[in-house]
Amino acid sequence: MSALAERPANPVVGLNAAHESAKLHVTGAAMYTDDLAAQTVGTLTAWPVQSTNAHARVTIDVAPAYDVRGVVRVLTAADVPGINDAGIKHDEPLFPSEAMFYGHALVWVLGETQEAARLGAEAVRVEYEPLPSYITVQEAIAAESFQGIARTVVRGDAAEAMAASDRVFEGVTEFGGQEHFYLETHASFAIRDSEGQYFVQCSTQHPSETQEIVAHVLGIPSNEVTVQSLRMGGAFGGKEMQPHGFAAIAALGAKLTGRPVRLRLNRTQDITMTGKRHPFHIEWKVGLTADGMLQALEATLTADGGWSIDLSEPVLGRALCHLDNAYWIPNVHADGRIVKTNKTSQTAFRGFGGPQGVFLIEDILGRVAPALGIAPADLRRRNFYRQGQSTPYGQLVKDAGRIEAIWSELLADSDFAARTAEIEAFNATSPDLKRALAITPVKFGISFNFAAFNQAGALVHVYKDGSVLINHGGTEMGQGLHTKMLQVAATALGLELHQVRLAPTRTDKVPNTSATAASSGADLNGGAVKNACEQIRDRIAKVAGRLLDVDERDVRFEAGRVSGLGKPGSLAFADVVNAAYLQRVQLWAAGYYRTEGLHWNPDIMQGSPFKYFAYGCAATEVEVDGFTGAYRVRRVDIVHDVGDSLSPMIDIGQIEGAFVQGMGWLTLEELRWDESDGPHRGRLQTQSASTYKLPSFSEMPEEFHVRLFERATEDGAVYGSKAVGEPPFMLGFSAREAIREAVGAFGPAEHSVELGSPATPEAVFWAIESARAAASVLDGAVENTATPATDAAGGPPPVRETVDA
Amino acid sequence: MHDIVVTVNGLARSLNGIPTHTTALDWLRETGLPGSKEGCAEGECGACAMLLATPTPDGGTAWTPVNACLVPAAALNGQEIVTAEGLGGPDDLHPVQAKLAEAGGSQCGYCTPGFACSMAGEYYRADRAPQEIGATPDVAATATEHDAACPAGADGRPAHDAGHDAEHGPNGFDLHALSGNLCRCTGYRPIRDAAYTLGSPEADDELAARRLRPAPEPVPTDLAVDGNRFVRPGTLDEALRMLHDEPTAVLVAGSTDWGVEVNLRGRRAPLVIAIEQLDELRGLEIGDDVIEIGAALPLSEIERRLDGRVPLLAKLLPQFASRLIRNRGTIGGNLGTGSPIGDTPPALLALGARIVLASVDGEREVDLAEYFTGYRQTVRAGDELIRAIRIPLPLAPVTGFHKIAKRRFDDISSVAVAFALDIRDGIVVDARIGLGGVAATPLRARATEAALIGRPWNIATVRAASAVLRTEGTPMSDHRASSEYRSLMLGTSLLKLYSTTVIESKEVSA
Repeated sequence: MSALAERPANPVVGLNAAHESAKLHVTGAAMYTDDLAAQTVGTLTAWPVQSTNAHARVTIDVAPAYDVRGVVRVLTAADVPGINDAGIKHDEPLFPSEAMFYGHALVWVLGETQEAARLGAEAVRVEYEPLPSYITVQEAIAAESFQGIARTVVRGDAAEAMAASDRVFEGVTEFGGQEHFYLETHASFAIRDSEGQYFVQCSTQHPSETQEIVAHVLGIPSNEVTVQSLRMGGAFGGKEMQPHGFAAIAALGAKLTGRPVRLRLNRTQDITMTGKRHPFHIEWKVGLTADGMLQALEATLTADGGWSIDLSEPVLGRALCHLDNAYWIPNVHADGRIVKTNKTSQTAFRGFGGPQGVFLIEDILGRVAPALGIAPADLRRRNFYRQGQSTPYGQLVKDAGRIEAIWSELLADSDFAARTAEIEAFNATSPDLKRALAITPVKFGISFNFAAFNQAGALVHVYKDGSVLINHGGTEMGQGLHTKMLQVAATALGLELHQVRLAPTRTDKVPNTSATAASSGADLNGGAVKNACEQIRDRIAKVAGRLLDVDERDVRFEAGRVSGLGKPGSLAFADVVNAAYLQRVQLWAAGYYRTEGLHWNPDIMQGSPFKYFAYGCAATEVEVDGFTGAYRVRRVDIVHDVGDSLSPMIDIGQIEGAFVQGMGWLTLEELRWDESDGPHRGRLQTQSASTYKLPSFSEMPEEFHVRLFERATEDGAVYGSKAVGEPPFMLGFSAREAIREAVGAFGPAEHSVELGSPATPEAVFWAIESARAAASVLDGAVENTATPATDAAGGPPPVRETVDA
Repeated sequence: MHDIVVTVNGLARSLNGIPTHTTALDWLRETGLPGSKEGCAEGECGACAMLLATPTPDGGTAWTPVNACLVPAAALNGQEIVTAEGLGGPDDLHPVQAKLAEAGGSQCGYCTPGFACSMAGEYYRADRAPQEIGATPDVAATATEHDAACPAGADGRPAHDAGHDAEHGPNGFDLHALSGNLCRCTGYRPIRDAAYTLGSPEADDELAARRLRPAPEPVPTDLAVDGNRFVRPGTLDEALRMLHDEPTAVLVAGSTDWGVEVNLRGRRAPLVIAIEQLDELRGLEIGDDVIEIGAALPLSEIERRLDGRVPLLAKLLPQFASRLIRNRGTIGGNLGTGSPIGDTPPALLALGARIVLASVDGEREVDLAEYFTGYRQTVRAGDELIRAIRIPLPLAPVTGFHKIAKRRFDDISSVAVAFALDIRDGIVVDARIGLGGVAATPLRARATEAALIGRPWNIATVRAASAVLRTEGTPMSDHRASSEYRSLMLGTSLLKLYSTTVIESKEVSA
């Protein structure tokens, strides 16, 4: 086993630990960015003037705002001393002269109170000179409104293999985006300190990049800006790129007024201004053998990037790298491209394109299984990767056997066969309610595709009394990263958990950090924390060796005591530390970690971009109401691979939360934009919690069993663990496939169910109507349905078999 | 003028000088209690939940969770509230907080103070009936079967044994108590586990003891700041006189609708009159031939006090928004806005309810079916307020309520259909059907009623009437649903009702 993965005796990692801030959370004592602002005297509030046009040149008269009592300053493009851009690609003007989407912030008003700032913003006069706009992906494709670099993944000869396939199907798969709906909206709070430097508190996953953007907007070097991310009230990718501009507005306001400035978006502003998960439109063609073995896949994936490029290129890259999910597809040709539309700039969201890629293959398998006459679970299983096979982008699928192992354990755990029989019996006597049990796998690559991001730093201080303070570059958004880092530090130094404390993430402690993203937080920062702790431990081991009369290599650190191998007695960690101090031994260290063995060529989309893969399987049972299309999730069973867990309760929390969030995307959460040519073209119609519905208690599975895959050591990650944040999001596909199968039970066995996405009750109802129609056609009965389903739902055209040998 | 004072976590805090539109949430945060969070500012997420001391019918006090983002701070004059900070501190956790923390019930923590308050409200609910001793360990026992690697107690599912179901814990905890709280991180399972393992308050629990004393009395209030006034009249007469003089005044009871207007649409009113504490609007009387329900009685209070006496309302109320909203929202408010997608109008139409309008000139009673005149327009005159609704007795024996929405808890109807049928000897002798979400106003499905009355209650009649029902109203397409779906849902609602009234339900298959 590697030194990185090996655990000492009685490690603190692997124990259940409550979130390190749990007691603060439950009492309301945990502070978030805007809570700090609320308690700072003299703080000004920033409020945006938002475009009411999807695409237009704008002329802005801010003078009337100054007539509003309490308005202090209106920030405009003329105020920017540095670069007027909120991003790193220089296509996101902070103060635009052209409104690029409905809701685009044009200028910002600073007021003594929120009320003053809001009224000031209302007073600003904006004249619009409308320009052509693209709201739907189809409009943008038709207009050839593309952005970024198109990419292609190729393996083998898909066309030739397609021609040789027994069965060929083609179709279109379309699905919507997803609003992050972190409970804490974007917030920044900037102060210019006594030395003229900027201290920006920001709800950001990427403090270093926030720092860089603030610096370039203000036209100052990075060393004059410190960004702190205390904790976030959720982020899910939505605070990876999007916070920078808001932080820059607050800092610019602080510069121009000399006063603290808070900027907190309300929910409507947040939903209408910030990016979301990318919707995709995919055309595909698949070839299989008669017994269901995948032979060839051709696909064109079009991602809706919104108004700026943002993270669309890497998101598309990850989608292309995940359209195989857990399946061996010998011949693949997949083109990916990004359209530019006049909507919010779509961005990172848990899974980062992975879910969009997985959607394609799971949708295909779910749709073609009835035509093949193979049970969907069997069709999936027979196509799993086997040991020694590689992905279409050329990476060996490490530990591929775990897919089958997890799958078979889950079949047993979930009592799959017996329940499938029970469900068949239930459905046979239940005309209006149908049930189904579906099982789906996930394989997800871990590491940033962009190799340079796979590095991290940490700063660990041991004080003379033996107490430890750790700092690292990762941010806490609820995922429990800080808790895991405390466990890693306690393990590396042989301490008890309470002996280690963690200080907030700030750019003046650890510089040049990567975003806490790609599920990599614990892998990267854990490696760095461990490295720093081991530097210190090795130094004080020398001191302890002398005290204990053993070689330094025979010193052991455990539970706050230091002992010598084979020697009686032990010393308190604090006593050894104090002795080390007196001997002038350095008691702090900067730690560093880089992930070894990664390489990736984006131009040909080939290489080994991932350190390893995380695996999991979920089995979900649903019941669908034939009268309404409404459904209930009756039971969910999950077995998921987190390596050797650093913190089991936290990992299970991540798996459950990701599952429900993924299920929300697939079944409930619906972004609706005004696609008409009316005055509100481009306006997001679901811009509040009352119209954009995320899962509530009623969507929680009635039975919910999550188990971690055992004996799962990952040799390439800290203490043998695996990343957990994103992979289980894709376990939600089991819910969508279960709904599909339950809908199928309303029709003939060979009926291919087209399910709109999200599969809202209405979308499910139309699918049921199609299934019933297929049944009545089969019965020779007169079709008795009211409306053509797919037209009304705006759903995709049906799957079409083009060759049937 | 007297000081305007609220008791927050046991200590008096002055409200003097705050703008009249200030919400309790903003006021709390600005005065050093930022534990309550703003997640949506429209009563959907519950991150701002706080506990309000409200009167019980027996003269005691209930700790009622409400959304602080919707309650005007001025409405709290003389009242007592408790926030998450007041339940307990990090070194002195309240039992609810301790359970949440140890169960992994918080991840990002932002929704958590609100969950703690909603959960505490249910913890202190006087009629929450715990199961027999030993029920709680059973939860852990059933957990181990599938979850050997799961941390102890972290598994989900209590068994479906006697005393609890999918929405109730073995300790009597009603999951609907948390229906108005959203969490984006956990997937809810650990929060449910925390709730289901709560015990009962200890003998020395101050908040429990507070329940035995009367709730704070209403305090007449007249707050005027920057030309805007917030008034709580002491009597109904006073309120009616004021409304007579200022017919454009905004009347608020629970403020669950007005609060959204204030927060999201920036609406400000020169005069707001708070009426939710007027005795005349808070009655609930069950007579021989009529049930009268005060217009300002919170919906959850109605639910509790009717206790199933009106089955149609018993079906409707758990589906009306969330418990947090029902703890403040009122029938008067739901009817007063005149919204076509309110959930009470279809049910009240089916019940044949009449609405009591009061003004300085006295009272008049209007059939609810005559009340709505257009989109958000009604026959209520500017100087009138809704004092009560009256439901005639006896009730129709067969009732149903069908709400179509994206989400099962806490959503707004795409379509709502309420049925009240009188079927005797297999013949439909009377039928009233109320519809919401299919026209500019709630309406009666008169043509469908005619297609049912006098006919045998069988699949042929139901199919024919269903086809008529499908054509009632003029539903539109919007972000909630398409017009086609709405129309079809009208039709299937009758089929679904029929399937529940006949044993041979398989005959009903559409």
